[in-house]
Amino acid sequence: MNEGGPGGVEARDAVSAPILAVENLTKHFPVKGGLFRRSNAVVQAVDDVSFLVRKGETLGIVGESGCGKSTTARLLMHLIASDRGHIRFAGRLVGAAHGLSRRNLHRQMQMVFQDSYASLNPRLPVAMSIAFGPFVHGLAKSQAQQRAMQLLQAVGLDPLLFANRYPHELSGGQRQRINIARALALEPRIVILDEAVSALDKSVEAQVLNLLADLKAEFDLTYIFISHDLNVVRYISDRVMVMYLGKVVEIGPVNQIYRNPQHPYTQALLTAMPSMDPRRRTLRAPLSGDPPNPISPPSGCRFRTRCPFAEKVCEAVPPQLLAGAQAAAVACHMRFPGSGHSRAANTVSH
Amino acid sequence: MAEAATLSVDASLVLKRAQQGKSYWRRVWERLLDDKLTLAVTAMLMLLLIMVLFAPWFTVHDPYTGSVLRRLKPVGTLGHWLGTDEVGRDLWSRMVYGGRMSLLAGVVPVFLALLIGGFLGILAGYAGGLLNSAIMRLTDVLYAFPSILLAIAITGILGSGLKNTILALTISFIPPIIRISESVAAQTRHLDFVEAARASGARPLTIMRYHILNNVLGPILVYATSLISICIILAAGLSFLGLGVTPPSAEWGLMLNNLRQALWVSPLVAALPGVMIFITSMCFNLMSDGLRQAMDVRL
Amino acid sequence: MWAFTLRRLLYAVPVLLGVSMLVFALIHLAPGDVVDILVPPEVPKEIADGLRRRFRLDEPIYLQYLAWLSRLMVGDFGISFFTGRPVAEELFGALGNTLIIALPAALLGFSLGIVLGALAAYSRDSWLDKVFSATAIIGVSLPHYWVGIVLVAIFSVVLNMLPAQGMGFEGVPTSWTEIEHLILPVITLSLIPMGVTSRLVRANMLEILSQEFVGTLHAKGLAKRRVLYHTLKNAAPSALALMGLQFGYLLGGSILVETVFNWPGSGGLMNLAIFRRDVPVLSATILVLAAIFVVINILVDVLQALIDPRMRR
Repeated sequence: MNEGGPGGVEARDAVSAPILAVENLTKHFPVKGGLFRRSNAVVQAVDDVSFLVRKGETLGIVGESGCGKSTTARLLMHLIASDRGHIRFAGRLVGAAHGLSRRNLHRQMQMVFQDSYASLNPRLPVAMSIAFGPFVHGLAKSQAQQRAMQLLQAVGLDPLLFANRYPHELSGGQRQRINIARALALEPRIVILDEAVSALDKSVEAQVLNLLADLKAEFDLTYIFISHDLNVVRYISDRVMVMYLGKVVEIGPVNQIYRNPQHPYTQALLTAMPSMDPRRRTLRAPLSGDPPNPISPPSGCRFRTRCPFAEKVCEAVPPQLLAGAQAAAVACHMRFPGSGHSRAANTVSH
Repeated sequence: MAEAATLSVDASLVLKRAQQGKSYWRRVWERLLDDKLTLAVTAMLMLLLIMVLFAPWFTVHDPYTGSVLRRLKPVGTLGHWLGTDEVGRDLWSRMVYGGRMSLLAGVVPVFLALLIGGFLGILAGYAGGLLNSAIMRLTDVLYAFPSILLAIAITGILGSGLKNTILALTISFIPPIIRISESVAAQTRHLDFVEAARASGARPLTIMRYHILNNVLGPILVYATSLISICIILAAGLSFLGLGVTPPSAEWGLMLNNLRQALWVSPLVAALPGVMIFITSMCFNLMSDGLRQAMDVRL
Repeated sequence: MWAFTLRRLLYAVPVLLGVSMLVFALIHLAPGDVVDILVPPEVPKEIADGLRRRFRLDEPIYLQYLAWLSRLMVGDFGISFFTGRPVAEELFGALGNTLIIALPAALLGFSLGIVLGALAAYSRDSWLDKVFSATAIIGVSLPHYWVGIVLVAIFSVVLNMLPAQGMGFEGVPTSWTEIEHLILPVITLSLIPMGVTSRLVRANMLEILSQEFVGTLHAKGLAKRRVLYHTLKNAAPSALALMGLQFGYLLGGSILVETVFNWPGSGGLMNLAIFRRDVPVLSATILVLAAIFVVINILVDVLQALIDPRMRR
């Protein structure tokens, strides 16, 4: 049974109902070339991605550059249009006639970007940047400013010192707090953090992570935390989703995935994390070669060109994301008997 | 939250008391104030403007009445310190009054082109796609003409006069302004803060107004001031050809043309109106350069 | 590369069509029409209307446009209202005359401009550079037609060294006295290209000289001259683009200088046509000049793409 589907694991758990359901999200970018600039190739940035987000949790999304994490974030926010697939927020279909409009989705879901400086209009004082969202949704200017002040306080910045400053006068950490305040200004239920702490110094990163945790409790938020830093993801997430070349390869509770990864790619990623323990040295590079071109991904399982366990069936049949042991799901032929893979018989982890 | 109580005070009051940051424009302004040359040039332009607007205060003679007896008096004649023109009108008066037409025809087209071209350019840059293509293709057709040719085409065929001159010059300057504002708008569109603004659900026109416009303004302003210097030369050039302002109005280019026959008799007087064109144009050019340097603020 | 060239050529077609439509629209927006100019106003209406029918002025406008366009394509630019002769003859003769001053002016302006610009870039921030900057600003602010007048005032009126007006010869100049007529117009025309080119060359060279790869070249041990050669190669594309455009402006914008010197070029022809309300001559001249400008633009784009592969969008 598909973890992402309606009859899946999640649906049984009525207490933490899915606040966001993503179904078959697909986005291909045309590549222009030739005499008339026609698109003769596509970049398969996100391909048939489905997952659930439960209310109040933090879902981490990890993967290498180019795996489609940021594109997924932008698709969720409807900043770019998807080619196929739906998104349901609290059960309501986004974009449909009787569902949730795009405009209203933005009141429920907001995003914090990676580049703290580029995320702020250099010509506006930061309070105005924060107040812009509420202002646009009908709040009077003074009320919007009021909310901006409150939020500045909430993210730990004294309004008297910071309200009228400009982005270039602030440090990276301060700017990112402003960005978080801006994201919260519309009182969303979900906040997507796209590499939001990746560009910060480690000490500042720790502060911002703690701030995020406090805010989550205070405002009863749900987070989607995108990062390539596996340590941070482990620290902050409840569940984690691993992406490779536009597809979801594994998803499940964070500790389980980190302790007992089922997909060869996840295993390689985790092995690649430098360890503080001298007894666990990495002797061999876990992954060989460069990630293949997203324009012409390998047939069947996209990871097969770098997978030490690849077999004929991996080339022929793309693996489905199927529920495996204990509330996790993985997309690998090795894990499911009857797939045709020689290792499929034993599902014991190693 | 607990702090909400203390902040129930009017937010604008807090804003007023809050420490003021230095906006980009403020820094530009401060740099401008340091730039002595630009200040001097701007002061000169202000002086010129005052003289031209309050012309009767600065001149003695009527610019329209002449006397055949006093034709082509040289520079330094008693009572006409810059001499007289070919029908005996005082040259100084003609130059001061002529400034009205010349400045009008030099500044108004650029201003109008800024409004129209700026709007179209921002629209094209932000919207992208079909709208962008349509606007840019139209711009390309206009770009196929060297600027003066376009102005001549319009005034030559439609007729001379101040209105047609302003129309012709405005149309000539719209394409370059569209090009610049489209380019900047298209670049700004991809920056994260614009995406964030879109993510907050704002409508396109709102985003263009609050986020794109204030970023496009800088480069466009620099370009516009340098355009004014060209426009003054072109406007005078059109009048020189007989396509611009018509006699008996005073205008620097027109005066240059009328005085051409006088070249053999009184070469200094014949060349004088050109000096005004040159000085005014140069002032705007220097101002434009100063503005560009002041705006080159590393944030 | 060929795909780029082909695309560029194909793209020029709608632009040229647009240009022709613009000129045609202007002609039709002009007050009065052909018949008003040809016949005196006392003529009875029936005769005037009959003439209109003969000139096909009563047909719908898009048909008139197509008829006009098809005539243009075969080289029939119409008949001059004033002289009655075919426009094409006068026009191409006049164009030739313009080229006689435009080509030398372009060469003079570009070569001096490049030299001055390179010198200024090389000796940056020295007094030479400052003098250059001052001269450049002055050059761009001068109305070139006024400079022509001043030159005439100095060299013809006061010094009596050079002729003030007129071409003085047919075809190509052969003797020194004939070349004398060329000097002042060519110098006047060359001013703007010189100013603009020198500014651009200086700015480009400064930018390139400060780029890291120049340091690499020096480190490799290349002599200064070789570094210069590499720098020029990088500066070439945008300089070429500019020069192409400037030449186009020279052709299209020569009217002012030709008026000052009474030079019988395309500009002078336009001047006469405006004065005489000779619409066929005027519109044909504008059209041809614009078309030449479009062609120059295409050549420049292609040349740029040839030199700098990054340009082949």
